[in-house]
Amino acid sequence: MNAKYMFSLVAVIVLFLLAYAGVEGAGLHVLFGILIPYAAIAVFTVGFVWRIVNWAQSPVPFRIPTTCGQQKSLTWISPAAIDNPATNGAVVIRMILEILLFRSLFRNLKFHFNEGNRFSYIWEKWLWLGALAFHWAFLAVVIRHLRFFAEPVPFWVQWVEQLDSFFRVEFFTDFLQIGLPGIFLSGLVLLAAAVYLLLRRIIIPQVKYISLAADFFPLFLIIGIALSGIAMRYFLKEDIVGIKEFTMGLVTFHPSIPANVSGIFYVHLFFVSVLLAYFPFSKLMHLGGIFMSPTRNLANNSRTQRHVNIWNYPVKVHTYEEYEEEFREKMIEAGLPVEKEL
Amino acid sequence: MASNKQMYDKGKVVAGLVIFVILITFPFWYNLGKAAPAPELKLTEKAKAEKVCVMSKEEMKAGHMQLLDIWRESVVRNAERTYVNASGKEYSMSLSNTCLDCHSNKADFCDRCHNYVSVSPYCWDCHIDNPKEAKK
Ligand code: HEC
Ligand code: HEC
Ligand code: HEC
Ligand code: HEM
Repeated sequence: MNAKYMFSLVAVIVLFLLAYAGVEGAGLHVLFGILIPYAAIAVFTVGFVWRIVNWAQSPVPFRIPTTCGQQKSLTWISPAAIDNPATNGAVVIRMILEILLFRSLFRNLKFHFNEGNRFSYIWEKWLWLGALAFHWAFLAVVIRHLRFFAEPVPFWVQWVEQLDSFFRVEFFTDFLQIGLPGIFLSGLVLLAAAVYLLLRRIIIPQVKYISLAADFFPLFLIIGIALSGIAMRYFLKEDIVGIKEFTMGLVTFHPSIPANVSGIFYVHLFFVSVLLAYFPFSKLMHLGGIFMSPTRNLANNSRTQRHVNIWNYPVKVHTYEEYEEEFREKMIEAGLPVEKEL
Repeated sequence: MASNKQMYDKGKVVAGLVIFVILITFPFWYNLGKAAPAPELKLTEKAKAEKVCVMSKEEMKAGHMQLLDIWRESVVRNAERTYVNASGKEYSMSLSNTCLDCHSNKADFCDRCHNYVSVSPYCWDCHIDNPKEAKK
């Protein structure tokens, strides 16, 4: 047991109860269905922009790109053009690859003592794999959700749906019936990857030691979102047409509450609202932060271009020329060498 | 020092933020000025005469695909072709001959709804989608 993840888990359970009891018990459909979602999207958008503007106002004194290869140098030394970018074009390519493939995480190593206390490194790809699966699945789920937010549903949303449901699993028992509606892999991958990333933080002692409540909370929240979504799709069977009428009402600013939708839908929606509102103030801002990191967005060109530190304070200097000008006579008297004779 | 706050790389940052806001508000501008109510479903004369579906309207709305799954399972695996609903009425468990007997207007009924929520059942790869028209 650990206070940090228990705290986050309890927080998510309380959020669940709030939404469920608020809707099923107190009938606060308008609050949880309309007011909170609108507030959340506003907080998310404004908060996100505010954080980025705030970061953009912080001067970067030095070129500090992380370099992972040979710098551009003499013509006969072949440079690592992308891993040690010398131009803005190369920076863009490196940034795109980083965002799409998490290359820096791919370099993750584990340290380890062999027999006889020989220090060695081990390739550790699980974090990379888990993180990549998690983020891509999240993206696929979000794009698929646009079917609720667009009419007519754009063709590229349908492409993602088709791709995502290529794996048809249909089985049928007395208590479990899976197959219609079809399985969307991304939802399940999202849940599995989030659970893996959570267990990693709970089980590996070193990772647990550096994990804070702020690391656990979004994971529990996203697991809650995925569980409630999966429950709706495969088990509870919500009135999808009613839900789409509701979401279309939200985005066309004519909100209305659907008739036969269960509390779990409002839980799902409330979890998402909390995630959105929490986003700008949390570590989740790495979504915007990656673009603002000086270790990633600068070209390593300090040998070819002069970069003046924007922090530089106008220091009053006394150059040697001025010094000699002032003391030339005395210097010559004392027999010291001068650059310019009298 | 903090008084003269300025944005560094302003052009790039502002361009990035504009792209961000455009992406985030996609549902709002994509649907601008459109009202998108649920599609109106047409019931055939036959369905109107029958008044009720196999299950209650609410159950059908959310759970018709699972009912079809149960029907398929019992016909194909258990050779059981008769379904008795909650009110004791008997139905022959058939997609084309029962569902599409009452709902023979598939394009104005099943498809309309499915287009609205972007589902495309693969059933019609094999099952005849409109037996009445096919007979003519
Ligand atoms: C009230 C609107 C509505 C009507 C009318 C309707 N459907 Fe559906 N149908 C849906 C929705 C919504 C889904 C998908 C549910 C989801 O994605 O969770 C669905 C899914 C299905 C599926 C499963 C598809 C898959 O691969 O996931 C089948 C099969 C199906 N419907 C058959 C029919 C047939 C046959 C008819 C006409 C007799 C019909 N439906 C009429 C709304 C409707
Ligand atoms: C006996 C004729 C009949 C049969 C057979 C029948 N339906 Fe219906 N269905 C109806 C009627 C009538 C309604 C309208 C019910 C109402 O408005 O209360 C309806 C409504 C529905 C709805 C809800 C539409 C809405 O307004 O949201 C769906 C979905 C549906 N049927 C699908 C099916 C499927 C799938 C089958 C085959 C398993 C089927 N029906 C078989 C007569 C039938
Ligand atoms: C590969 C072709 C194929 C596809 C695709 C297919 N079926 Fe069938 N289905 C069959 C065959 C063959 C039978 C057996 C017919 C019989 O014995 O009367 C059958 C029987 C059924 C039956 C019971 C008998 C009847 O007359 O309808 C139902 C219900 C059914 N399928 C539903 C579905 C649904 C729902 C889908 C889509 C989710 C679907 N099927 C997709 C081939 C297919
Ligand atoms: C952070 C954003 C969100 C995430 C990660 C998420 C996640 C999920 C997941 C994993 C599922 C399971 C089924 C699937 O894989 O599609 C699901 C289903 C669902 N979600 Fe979400 N969701 C999000 C936002 C929303 C929003 C904003 C709404 C509506 C207002 C919503 C409504 C639904 C509904 C209605 C279902 C059931 C779909 C069905 O039965 O086909 N979700 N969600």
